[in-house]
Amino acid sequence: MSALPTRLAPVPLRVLATTPETADSTTLVLESGAIQPGAPGQFNMLYPFGLGEAAISISADDAAARRLVHTVRGVGPVSAAIAALRPGDVLGVRGPFGVGWPMRQARGRTIVLVAGGIGLAPLRPVIHAVLRERAAYGRLLVFYGARTPRERLFVPELAGWEASADLEFVTTVDSGDANWGGHVGFVTALLAQARFDPARTIAMTCGPEIMMRAVANHLRERGMAAEDIHVSMERNMKCAAGLCGHCQFGPLFICKDGPVFPYGRIAELMTVREI
Amino acid sequence: MADASPPTSPDAATEIAAAFVLPAARLADLVTALRMEGYAVHGPMVRDAAIVLGPLADAVALPHGWTTRQSPGGYRLERRTDAAVFGFTHGADSWKKLLHPPRVRLWSAERQGADFVVHEDAPAPAKLALFGVRGCDLRAIAAQDKVLLHGPYPDAEYAARRAEAFIVAADCAEPSGTCFCVSMGTGPSARAGFDLALAELDPHGDAHRFLVRIGSPRGGAVAAQLDLAPAAGADIAAAAALADIAAANMGRAMDKDAARALLPAQRESAHWQDVAQRCLTCANCTMVCPTCFCTTVEDTSDLSGDIAERWRQWDSCFTFEFSHVVGATVRESASARYRHWITHKLSAWYEQFGESGCVGCGRCITWCPVGIDITAEVAALQDLSQRDPR
Ligand SMILES: Cc1cc2nc3c(=O)[nH]c(=O)nc-3n(C[C@H](O)[C@H](O)[C@H](O)COP(=O)(O)OP(=O)(O)OC[C@H]3O[C@@H](n4cnc5c(N)ncnc54)[C@H](O)[C@@H]3O)c2cc1C
Ligand code: SF4
Ligand code: SF4
Repeated sequence: MSALPTRLAPVPLRVLATTPETADSTTLVLESGAIQPGAPGQFNMLYPFGLGEAAISISADDAAARRLVHTVRGVGPVSAAIAALRPGDVLGVRGPFGVGWPMRQARGRTIVLVAGGIGLAPLRPVIHAVLRERAAYGRLLVFYGARTPRERLFVPELAGWEASADLEFVTTVDSGDANWGGHVGFVTALLAQARFDPARTIAMTCGPEIMMRAVANHLRERGMAAEDIHVSMERNMKCAAGLCGHCQFGPLFICKDGPVFPYGRIAELMTVREI
Repeated sequence: MADASPPTSPDAATEIAAAFVLPAARLADLVTALRMEGYAVHGPMVRDAAIVLGPLADAVALPHGWTTRQSPGGYRLERRTDAAVFGFTHGADSWKKLLHPPRVRLWSAERQGADFVVHEDAPAPAKLALFGVRGCDLRAIAAQDKVLLHGPYPDAEYAARRAEAFIVAADCAEPSGTCFCVSMGTGPSARAGFDLALAELDPHGDAHRFLVRIGSPRGGAVAAQLDLAPAAGADIAAAAALADIAAANMGRAMDKDAARALLPAQRESAHWQDVAQRCLTCANCTMVCPTCFCTTVEDTSDLSGDIAERWRQWDSCFTFEFSHVVGATVRESASARYRHWITHKLSAWYEQFGESGCVGCGRCITWCPVGIDITAEVAALQDLSQRDPR
């Protein structure tokens, strides 16, 4: 099979179901057609007809069901059009692209996940993969920071995770509301209270760059090796195939070298303004 | 997957089987032979007070007796006192406009009820002969090969054009005022990656002729049709001597190894503010650079909204939109954009593709409206870092 047809041209796929997550985010379930399911941390380029493309991470590990699942926050014309799709609509998809989370290295180890905002979407497949093969991994600790309780994704699923003995899941919000009885404050503060053995832990984080840096620095201070901390980066992206040059981050191409990087590889770059 | 390597891969050691002599009066025969082989021959010609690359109907259209005078921010076409055909150095355009076109349609899509179908555009058939490719530009083509053919997803359009392209190289006898190929190890003569290479000898008299070197079997086959006399050892020596003179006359140099280490180390240098005072972020340097490969896409739809297309076009890291992410632009300042461009060219490119992204052609110097000189900026940073080592 030639590498190209599914690489620069989208494959039209039908939307099977949609779940509104927040005021501006939606989870889409698509038939997978000719698109390979992809691994946790990889992404697809999604094309609402005639409008343009957006890079969107795989947000569920649903390969067995031959479904593609994406969670999209409408922040501009393209992402808003994707978030507004209804069952029966058709969306163009090309991918999967990029290097995902280090699932193989994570086997047998304690896994710490730190998600900020929409950053929970790319990390959710990691949770699914661990829960599906629970015995293959050590403890799973998940720290999720959202701006407000209403901006939390996957709310019914979160309740299940909070109640489950298979993982230790905590949410914190920047500002609560009348019904909020949970944590308020930065996700790093929660992380600081958690106990785990840094030497036997692998960490993965996705969210605003400033949060990921704070998380990585905290984990380094606790003695974790930089190569055991993995971050998912975001940059403007046009082709996702290493041809358009847009996603360069220092010498790295986010699309093909990432989006997931060991922190050791990018720690210095992350300190440079406007790079 | 099909092997995307073009037949004239400049990385393959080119064996120079033999050298022949082509009298200047018979240059037309070479153009004709290529046309007879089905090639659309493109080469240099005078248009609008500049030498540009265009379709060559015959050898008459070549810039016989013309030269150019180039300096930072300056370009002038001038008459020569002889009849040299390659007595100029390259202009603003480069072969990338033929191999990696400025604008191509990638695909179109058509609504069909609730569905849509995508029609991928097959690469346009193109059998190109590139006539008069200089040493630096051969290396630039090799650099684009690495980006567009040898990554995880080869570019079909480039692959199709590149596989067919027949390359006639031309050695440089006189560098322009902005060239620095010698220090980048790319010129002034063609070393590899061509089908035929020409070195122009004695352009001022009746003995005006070209030394023809063969770089590939396909080049050998074309040369054989011309029934050329073998070159005398003296002609081979004369061509080598001209290359030595050209190298000695190079007015500019880049310390490429120093630049590779210097640029990432000087990310926070105050010098970037100094460049930003001058740089207009006009993007000229990236458009003229023969290795710059960046593109963007444009999605269009017709009035009915039923037909949509995706077009790809050259883009530049000097534009504000280039690094846009939601609600912000990463490289907001001119200093960050210049720093990104020069650091990518001279340093990051090694990590990405194993060599420098600059071939020393000098185009970015000539065509910068304010005369910013990549060699001078590196020298200035080097100076500053030696005075104030970090
Ligand atoms: C690897 C990766 C994974 C992502 N995963 C998700 C996800 O799971 N869910 C989600 O909601 N969002 C995700 N994003 C962000 C998403 O791609 C942007 O929000 C989206 O491209 C915005 O496009 P727009 O046209 O709606 O907005 P506008 O801001 O109008 O964008 C205009 C153009 O800028 C570019 N652009 C803008 N923001 C970004 C950005 N952050 N990243 C890359 N290109 C951008 C796009 O090329 C877009 O066409 C991801 C981004 C990357 C790089
Ligand atoms: S950076 Fe300038 S000198 Fe170097 S290859 Fe590009 S245009 Fe030529
Ligand atoms: S360096 Fe010169 S050519 Fe390049 S963007 Fe700045 S002003 Fe334009």
